[in-house]
Amino acid sequence: MGELLKNAIDWAFQPTLYFAGTVGALFAVLFWRKLFSKTVVITVFFAVGTVFMLWAPSDPDFKKIITKPDNIPIVILIASVVFFTWLALRQAVDNDRAIAKGEPTLEAGLGKKKVFTWPDLVYVEFICLILFTAFLIVWSLKVQAPIEEPAATARTPNPSKAPWYFLGLQEMLVYFDPWIAGVVLPGFIIVGLMAIPYLDTNPKGNGYYTFNERPFAFSFFTAGFLLFWVSFVILGTFLRGPNWSFFGPFEYWDLHKLEPLVNVDLSTYFWNMLGQPKPLDPLVREAPGIVALLGFFLVLPPLLGKTVLKGMVKSMGVVRFNVFMHLMLWFALLPIKMILRWTINLKYIVGIPEWFFNV
Amino acid sequence: MADETQETTNPSNEEPAKTLVRSPLRGELSRRSFFSTLAFGWATFAAASAGLLGAAGRFMFPNVLFEPPQEFKAGFPSEFAMGVDERFKATYGCWIVREPTGFFCLSTVCTHLGCTPNWLTADEKFKCPCHGSGFIMTGINIEGPAPRPLERYRIVLAEDGQILVDKNTKYQQEKGQWELDGSYLEYA
Ligand code: FES
Repeated sequence: MGELLKNAIDWAFQPTLYFAGTVGALFAVLFWRKLFSKTVVITVFFAVGTVFMLWAPSDPDFKKIITKPDNIPIVILIASVVFFTWLALRQAVDNDRAIAKGEPTLEAGLGKKKVFTWPDLVYVEFICLILFTAFLIVWSLKVQAPIEEPAATARTPNPSKAPWYFLGLQEMLVYFDPWIAGVVLPGFIIVGLMAIPYLDTNPKGNGYYTFNERPFAFSFFTAGFLLFWVSFVILGTFLRGPNWSFFGPFEYWDLHKLEPLVNVDLSTYFWNMLGQPKPLDPLVREAPGIVALLGFFLVLPPLLGKTVLKGMVKSMGVVRFNVFMHLMLWFALLPIKMILRWTINLKYIVGIPEWFFNV
Repeated sequence: MADETQETTNPSNEEPAKTLVRSPLRGELSRRSFFSTLAFGWATFAAASAGLLGAAGRFMFPNVLFEPPQEFKAGFPSEFAMGVDERFKATYGCWIVREPTGFFCLSTVCTHLGCTPNWLTADEKFKCPCHGSGFIMTGINIEGPAPRPLERYRIVLAEDGQILVDKNTKYQQEKGQWELDGSYLEYA
């Protein structure tokens, strides 16, 4: 029974299923938000989680990965992210109900109630500070610092993991050239986040939680943060093992577990399909990928603007819409590339190593 | 806007602007000296920054560099067994590989982001622990994100018959340099 469950969990945590599963779960939660924001749901989740955490560490491999000093914060992160997502959803659902009835939101009442900074606020802050310091002291005494072997040029630890908050970036590096995953995409993340106040001028939802008034913003933010940051951190922490292979949470970290992952460039697929040798000129060789990318970035925005997203162009204006679309397309490149890698082993859409240009 | 209101409140037009400008008090900046002070401030800042940058630049060229020589003798060809020789990985950062037809010397720097891959004897490939790039024995990249094969170093026979590796010269496959003399040492 136990073994069966472990195998089932390992199976469910293979990359494609894991990713598809988290996407599906998130959309289910957002869609049936009335149901999922009930107190019962979160209680059951934490009850099951507790039982699981009592049972699962009996497995040595699971225990090892979960109690690594590096990984303990991630276990806490899972619990807190789930709780606060639930809380936000709960407040959004409550507010939506109130708004529909024409009643004031939860937060509207808060504005009227006033307390003193001193002592009411500072007192609470001070107590939190003391408790948290005590907690950190106990933690640092109980858990050894995650220090590795002395650095040596010839030995890179295997697996070699970034600090947990960078695991999302490290995961992106698996699918892209360092230039794209290390410079361009993070740049777009920062620029994109800074651009939000200029792109999104909708005053709804200012100072109160709501889903119904802005379904897209709510879902998009939740998806971006939970799927492309938190879930990558979890994946990088618990599921990546030696040689950066995937391992289920109950699986033994075997150095020699090898899935042959022969990756192929798009150009190879294309010229093989035509039954011709690859042309020597890199521009001609990579023409299919270049055309695909140009189409993606130059043709898709106006096309969508003319058809499906007509309303969006109207409400946002042409400039805002185009900036927004380009940010979205860069964002979309990540899951597209991941799925292509997992399904057809695609390495690069455009791969010109001669010029250090690989997408 | 300001002029208009002034005009309406001052219908007699008695040079209202003059009353607004007063000469600076002692210890106060005048309009003129404001700019020279500003220029002085910026010039000082620029000089300090230039000095700092210069010092930082100088730091990049240390007086002494403790690194192994870029050229080394690896021993006689007959001493090598077939396959990947890992003896020079830690000291010189390269693998010397012997094939039935000869030798070549691979750099231990992953072409993705520069980690050091491991040679997995059983699986006959180099596998990078950072993002999972894999290379076959010849250095060709077959899996993971590495965009190009491992680089090769110049490998020749010295006069005394030993293998001589020169890391100053690199050969990159994607540039067609593996065809060049020195990238491969024929030895049967
Ligand atoms: S550095 Fe080797 S795979 Fe990224």
